[in-house]
Amino acid sequence: MTHVLAVPIVVPALAAALLVILHRAPIRVARAVNIAATGVLFVAALAIFALARSGSPPVYRLGNWPAPFGIVLVADQFSALMLLLTASLALAVLLYAVQGWDARGKLFHPLFLFQLMGLNGAFLTGDLFNLFVFFEILLIASYGLALEGLGAERLRATFHYAAINIAAASIFLIAVSLLYAVTGTLNMAHLAERVANVRAEDVALVRTAGLLLLGVFAVKAALFPLYFWLPAAYSHAAAPVAALFAIMTKVGVYAIIRVTTLIYAGGENAVMELTSPWLLPVALITLILGTLGALGAERLAVMTAYLTIASVGTILTGVAVGGGEALAAALYYMAHSTLVIAVLFLVGDLLGRSRGAMGDQLHPGPQFKQAVPLGLAFLFGGATVAGIPPSSGFVGKLMILQSTMDEMMVVVWIVILVTSVLTLVTCSRAGSIVLWNYTEPDQPAHDRPVRSGEWIALAVLAGCSIGLVVFAAPVTRYTGEIGEQLTTPRVYVNAVLGTAQEEFVRPHAMGKIQ
Amino acid sequence: MEVMMAAGIGIMAAGAVYLVLRERSFSVVLGLSLLSTAANLFIFSMGRLRPGVSPIVPAGADGYADPLPQALVLTAIVIGFGMTGFIMALAVRLRHETGTDHIDGVEARPEGMPEHDS
Repeated sequence: MTHVLAVPIVVPALAAALLVILHRAPIRVARAVNIAATGVLFVAALAIFALARSGSPPVYRLGNWPAPFGIVLVADQFSALMLLLTASLALAVLLYAVQGWDARGKLFHPLFLFQLMGLNGAFLTGDLFNLFVFFEILLIASYGLALEGLGAERLRATFHYAAINIAAASIFLIAVSLLYAVTGTLNMAHLAERVANVRAEDVALVRTAGLLLLGVFAVKAALFPLYFWLPAAYSHAAAPVAALFAIMTKVGVYAIIRVTTLIYAGGENAVMELTSPWLLPVALITLILGTLGALGAERLAVMTAYLTIASVGTILTGVAVGGGEALAAALYYMAHSTLVIAVLFLVGDLLGRSRGAMGDQLHPGPQFKQAVPLGLAFLFGGATVAGIPPSSGFVGKLMILQSTMDEMMVVVWIVILVTSVLTLVTCSRAGSIVLWNYTEPDQPAHDRPVRSGEWIALAVLAGCSIGLVVFAAPVTRYTGEIGEQLTTPRVYVNAVLGTAQEEFVRPHAMGKIQ
Repeated sequence: MEVMMAAGIGIMAAGAVYLVLRERSFSVVLGLSLLSTAANLFIFSMGRLRPGVSPIVPAGADGYADPLPQALVLTAIVIGFGMTGFIMALAVRLRHETGTDHIDGVEARPEGMPEHDS
């Protein structure tokens, strides 16, 4: 039954290709195909989730080539969680987009599906070069999505975004080929074995490759000092696109966790020790600067974009602290922040639309209808992202604080608590300006009511976030299992390579072909 | 040969970095294209430089060229080509929309020029 692992990649690819062919068909055809495909993805994600939990990680060998030679798809519990998160987010965002927003761009639906294909592939693949390929797929789809609606500002932001990512892709290639040159493999499980037993003279090369990879993933995850592309790209993208992009920075985080816990997990050379002193300071600085950026934002979308950066900083703080417990906390926070950032992007869009020409700028504007329900939605988003009890943000931050009990405790606690307060100030300020300060009290400027589908999309995302709190015990037990699985990379390696594997000789090491 | 290859890739990458950091979109696109070419050559050389041997060999041959980096480089070229094409189109569109080929879409004022001078 491991064929289900191919579904999250194959189905969106086929559906997207079909929609490109049908791009002249009426929009309702595209909507129907996209909703059907995303629905299938959700079901497949649930199936994979159950499968991953039932035993050792399921492995799907493409073309049935044996493991270190062919490309494998692996769904350990971490991948399964990310797939489920992506599918849930995609369904809610799609529901929002089909309320009329998607009619603006002809290719929204195929690009959306290609983006999902790239995301799912990146989460599933067990091959480092294949990870590069899926990164490029999700990136090129994201360029198209970021451009939806066009305009000089979007073009400018997307040009910067594309340029930095193309440069990062070249560095990714250099890092991957460097690893290949030293170890003679690209399969992540096989790499884990080879890197742990690397010869002493090759340690420097392996470390270089590791730090290059960390740099590349830091660009995707928007870590300090590589996050400057994000606020412009996200805040100028259309709201449903920006909400979908909430998962994109998490792909970078996923890759960082995967590489540090699997490939660089240890061995006698302790390659990991080179990256770990960097990760914690960088994560904390990212968190501080992201929060300050949000505090100084002039628009709601910019504020949410900076909160995305801050959330990445929080997650990576947990990752950098290390150990199963901290990883579990970071994963819980990742699920929470993806959902709540999406909520904030969508609410910001609805508020901006209601305020007419004022848009989502943080200046007093005209009064508008539905201010109360929109205000409550914004209150929910703000309170959750700041971490007011009993929201999911509170549980997530509490878990990260609890798992940091070593000598770094003082710094981590101070930074996380102070940034939480600042986030609260940010959201209160934004909310009171937009919802309580009116310039012309009696003249509603714009009357385009929020459609019920848009409310449902928001309710789905908020419901997931509330679900994280209500079912906190099973969810944390699950992320705890993932944390345990990530700290014992042997499970992953054995699932991919089998327990009794023969030792394959490196091609270059061979003098003569047998 | 190793020295020439290494120096060649290094010089290409250095030129690429210089171009990427310039303020005109055309130089940036050229720089990115050069950078991906340098990366491709790097991948290729990571399979070890072995002239005069073939990747597919009969049993008992005296060594062979590693075929995997060649396959990787092919993939990387295709992806790099697509990305270059895309960013080129983006740069052209940006030039049309903003009327300047400055990467920020706004012409930087020459130094010392007063702010309200048009």
